[in-house]
Amino acid sequence: MGLAKRIIPCLDVTDGRVVKGVNFLELRDAGDPVEIAQRYNDQGADELTFLDITASSDNRDLILHIIEEVASQVFIPLTVGGGVRQVEDVRRLLNAGADKVSINTTAVLNPKMVEDAAGRFGSQCIVVAIDAKKVDNQPFEWEVFTHGGRKPTGLDAVKWAQHMVSLGAGELLVTSMDRDGTKIGFNNPLNRAISDAVDVPLIASGGVGNLQHLVEGVTLGGADAVLAASIFHYGEYTVQQAKAYMYQHGIEVR
Amino acid sequence: MNIAVVDYGMGNLRSVSKALEHVAPDHTVVVTSDPQQIADAERVVFPGQGAMPDCIRELDTRGLRQVVIEATKQKPFLGICIGLQMLFERSEEGGAAGLGVFAGTVKRFAQADMHDAQGQKLKVPHMGWNQVEQAMTHPLWQNIANHDRFYYVHSYYVCPADAAMVAGETSYPEPFTCAIAKDNLFAVQFHPEKSAQAGLQLLRNFVHWQP
Repeated sequence: MGLAKRIIPCLDVTDGRVVKGVNFLELRDAGDPVEIAQRYNDQGADELTFLDITASSDNRDLILHIIEEVASQVFIPLTVGGGVRQVEDVRRLLNAGADKVSINTTAVLNPKMVEDAAGRFGSQCIVVAIDAKKVDNQPFEWEVFTHGGRKPTGLDAVKWAQHMVSLGAGELLVTSMDRDGTKIGFNNPLNRAISDAVDVPLIASGGVGNLQHLVEGVTLGGADAVLAASIFHYGEYTVQQAKAYMYQHGIEVR
Repeated sequence: MNIAVVDYGMGNLRSVSKALEHVAPDHTVVVTSDPQQIADAERVVFPGQGAMPDCIRELDTRGLRQVVIEATKQKPFLGICIGLQMLFERSEEGGAAGLGVFAGTVKRFAQADMHDAQGQKLKVPHMGWNQVEQAMTHPLWQNIANHDRFYYVHSYYVCPADAAMVAGETSYPEPFTCAIAKDNLFAVQFHPEKSAQAGLQLLRNFVHWQP
């Protein structure tokens, strides 16, 4: 009896629509956001993450309507990330009904924003997203990248994680850019290194292809929560199946 | 019937009010920082997030201390998260004095040496779904199975002086008080508004509670 490991389906949003990619290129409408959220909720999802991939800043506010709608009918924690640049963005997302806001590139460009947002709204709602890649041209193993994995920062992912926690991050969402989209499993050594170095919960992301990967994310990677998109969106597995599998492998789930 | 959600400017109360509206469509839910509205309401929900010293300060800035303390003694009252912690005398968080409605203190999880049964390090904040062991029969636990899971996010927990008011316990890894009950008051450390069916059931029970 104790705290359950969380399973978090991640939904992509662009221009105010929940979408899913077809062959990683064409984005297709995935359906009504509330219905999708409700379906995952009914399957036993522990939280939902919405990632705003809208290219144009003009349309980024459109996600607020989705969050408002979902939050008035689905009563589990909601995290929103993507394009969060200012403390004001955090405020608007929280007011729309998000419980946590995930900050990625801005945390690197302007770490003080993390500190300000945590100071104003509390660490419990500030998630720092870290995109990391294995490198061999640095004195450390994993480097932080920004802009969707395109820009190297020169930062050691483990030290960066500790710094973000010291500024007030209440949770870390760690995505392995080497693994993202590969379906070969999480980067467990990376997650383990970060998880052991900080006291806040870690959400593992990037690379899930099957249910054993979720188990290993917890047992090998030390993740407190596992995030996955495609294995749930394309109906390969339900959240229920994922939980049953994790439970059979000795992991406490809800 | 009016249900007042006490708003003292510490963050987002939308989740709480939406969840109450969901379970009580025939009632009026008002999110308010007006002492008169709180005094007039038939039920009061006292939520809270962030740091307790800030919560107490903002409560005082808005002149809400007295009306909240009175409500704890007069009508169905539900405290949530920091809204539970503030009812006690003192917190380790910033050494803040609470409202002192009940004797007891608020302590921080002893981070350094907390491990689960598999030897994995336990994180602080305690974040996620954990089981609630019901310590008493209470109308607010009606139709909620013992050991059902609720959603938590917190680093501090209450230690009431009076063990008789403990309504529920959760283990992390040691048992701590996650719910208290006293006459017309019930207060919880978890977030019923984010706890799916079990949470909605607790809110529904509160709406219909006749202490």
